[in-house]
Amino acid sequence: MLIKTFYGGVHPPGYKNTSSKPIRPARIPKRVVIPLSQHTGAPCEPAVAVGDIVKKGTLIGKAAAFISSPVHSSISGRVAKIAQMPHPVLGRSLAAVIENDGTIKEEDAPPGAFKDEDIKALPKEALLETIKNSGIVGLGGAAFPTHVKLSPPKGKKIDSVILNGAECEPYLTCDERLMIEKSEEMIKGLRVISRILGADKAYIAIEDNKPNAIAAMKDAVRRTPYTVRVISLPTKYPQGAEKSLIKSALNRIVPAGGLPMDVGCVVQNAGTAYAVYEAVYLGRPLIERPITISGDCVSEPVNLSVRIGTLASDLLSDIGPFIASPGRVIFGGPMMGIAQYTMDVPVIKGTSGILFLAKDDVAQYKEGVCIRCAKCLEVCPALLAPTTLANLVKKSRWAEAKELGITQCVECGACAYECPAKIPLVDYIKFGKASIPKR
Amino acid sequence: MDPLKVTISPHIKSGRTTPNIMWTVIFALLPAGAAGVFIFGLNALYVIIVSVASALAAEAAIQALRQRAITVMDGSAVITGLLLAYNVPPGVPLWLPAVGAFFAIAIGKQAFGGLGHNVFNPALIGRAFLMVSWPIYMTTWQNPRWNVDAVSSASPLGLFKQGEFGLIKSFSSWDLLAGARPGCIGEVCIIALLLGAAFLLIKRYITWHAPFVYISTVGVLSWAMNGQGGLFKGDALFFILNGGLILGAFFMATDYVTTPLSRKGKMIFGLGCGILTFLIRRFSGYPEGVSYSILIMNAATPIIDHYTKPRWFGLKEGTPT
Repeated sequence: MLIKTFYGGVHPPGYKNTSSKPIRPARIPKRVVIPLSQHTGAPCEPAVAVGDIVKKGTLIGKAAAFISSPVHSSISGRVAKIAQMPHPVLGRSLAAVIENDGTIKEEDAPPGAFKDEDIKALPKEALLETIKNSGIVGLGGAAFPTHVKLSPPKGKKIDSVILNGAECEPYLTCDERLMIEKSEEMIKGLRVISRILGADKAYIAIEDNKPNAIAAMKDAVRRTPYTVRVISLPTKYPQGAEKSLIKSALNRIVPAGGLPMDVGCVVQNAGTAYAVYEAVYLGRPLIERPITISGDCVSEPVNLSVRIGTLASDLLSDIGPFIASPGRVIFGGPMMGIAQYTMDVPVIKGTSGILFLAKDDVAQYKEGVCIRCAKCLEVCPALLAPTTLANLVKKSRWAEAKELGITQCVECGACAYECPAKIPLVDYIKFGKASIPKR
Repeated sequence: MDPLKVTISPHIKSGRTTPNIMWTVIFALLPAGAAGVFIFGLNALYVIIVSVASALAAEAAIQALRQRAITVMDGSAVITGLLLAYNVPPGVPLWLPAVGAFFAIAIGKQAFGGLGHNVFNPALIGRAFLMVSWPIYMTTWQNPRWNVDAVSSASPLGLFKQGEFGLIKSFSSWDLLAGARPGCIGEVCIIALLLGAAFLLIKRYITWHAPFVYISTVGVLSWAMNGQGGLFKGDALFFILNGGLILGAFFMATDYVTTPLSRKGKMIFGLGCGILTFLIRRFSGYPEGVSYSILIMNAATPIIDHYTKPRWFGLKEGTPT
């Protein structure tokens, strides 16, 4: 078969030095900071008051709108405060701080799980309700509420579900490990998603630098009665970007300004499928997720299953001593992740990794002059001209920037990665996107 | 612990930098220069050295005057110096490349704002300046040094213009490939030029679009309309191997700053260069037209860019909302 791929792309070094490290549980922290806004959409309203005793899994933030997602306590303890706290994406946000001085027993809130045989008989609305109430959001980074993605408007026929196991960001291996360790559970989660959408085709797309994950998933597919195709994709960043993935896996082109559902697809992150499994089969809300902790300062990079709300500083005891003093702490991967100003920032649902990068590695390149080498055009998966857009943004020429497709940028960072003049192209484009006058 | 640094994503960057690109191009240009020195003797080497030194001095002096950072080590002025030297005959007095390179950098590059801002290829601006100022020096050719006693001292394209078809026959295709003909220092040895070009293509420093279209256009048009005795009798290979076409197509029509951004734009650029080169060679008083063609197309680059904006992903298939 012809190898299909998406347009553009770059080949940064992989740094996948945790591929063979099984996911192990992190130490349960004495204190968690659970932001009430961990997703795309409206922030939650607090469902608890200061002083309340909560169990692991107790609802602490109610979804305030359809595009929103509830949050639950990830430990048993007492609500110490509800206040503005550091947030890895938003800078600061309202968060519930739960503390356990050791006097409160770790206890699960009563689960509401379904049994295997129940599921086939359940109406899809019940499954969707479970996913919604469990606070499931996309675990790839954007944290879009999953129940919204699984509720396409009437008239949009979804025929294919793609499980995104590309994990194209360097360093990150939590999805890879999850695919190896929880293959069957993930397929069950995928099956639930397919049922809700009424999609008859299911795919798992994995980059070919993860042969063990590909083998594990193929093996698991054989053990289940479901028809799922495992697709091996060439390793190229940003293979995991939604529209790129659809082009690579199905050779379908999502219209500009459109959504995957416009071409009959829904893409879900591999980790999300596992979270769906946990919610539906085990009755567990999303209070824990695997993350990769790596970077050149870390002596023993690991994959950890971390309670949501655990501060990065509290995870230091789970990794070996630093080899070098970290100059930068990145939440997410090195291509799209966000640099933090403090280590007292919590892991949230969309956090896929924490990187501790050394100071000498700090890419403090001075912005040079564009020599029009056109590398940014060649690598752009959205087929834009990043250097032209950056120049228009510098001159506040918003209308032209919009005409040239600035809103189509997926902010993958391929252009800025490749730029020989080290121009922060993505930053200019992000600024431009935010500055375009809203009609 | 030291305070954390907050950087913008992506937090890792490729190793390719502007100086790295420039020095790679210089490396790719070396074989052609070495061949020129071998063919024409040491004066060619002196011309190259003087030209590069003058370009560097001009760059540094003007950056100092403009109170800008001195960036002579980024290699871009070296390229301009090299290309200018490659575009002059080997026997010129040494003040000529010195003046030419200074003009190239001062007027061709720095007057526009320096690296990245120049509209025209600086080396070609320098060459054009020398051509109009000292045309005799710029068209006095030398034979390869093992052949100094031979009669011919016109370039093969010049001979063609003069109708000396008999003398042209004394150059075999092998002579033309190896560079055993009168010509500019860096343009004669096609093999050395192709070696450098192949390196840049394989390492993806340049793309095939402009050079391929440029050379094929010249080849096809020359074959069709520049032969003796009617249409489709031209010697395409003769017109491809002679003059500065190979040097220009691979090393100047691919200059990042002065050529279009998109692949489609690069192909249009190559097509325009090809047509102009043919027209100049065929209908003007000049035997050779590569440098003027590229300069004219440099001026057309902004308009080509305007009409070849990339069509963003998914635009054709659906209606943007």
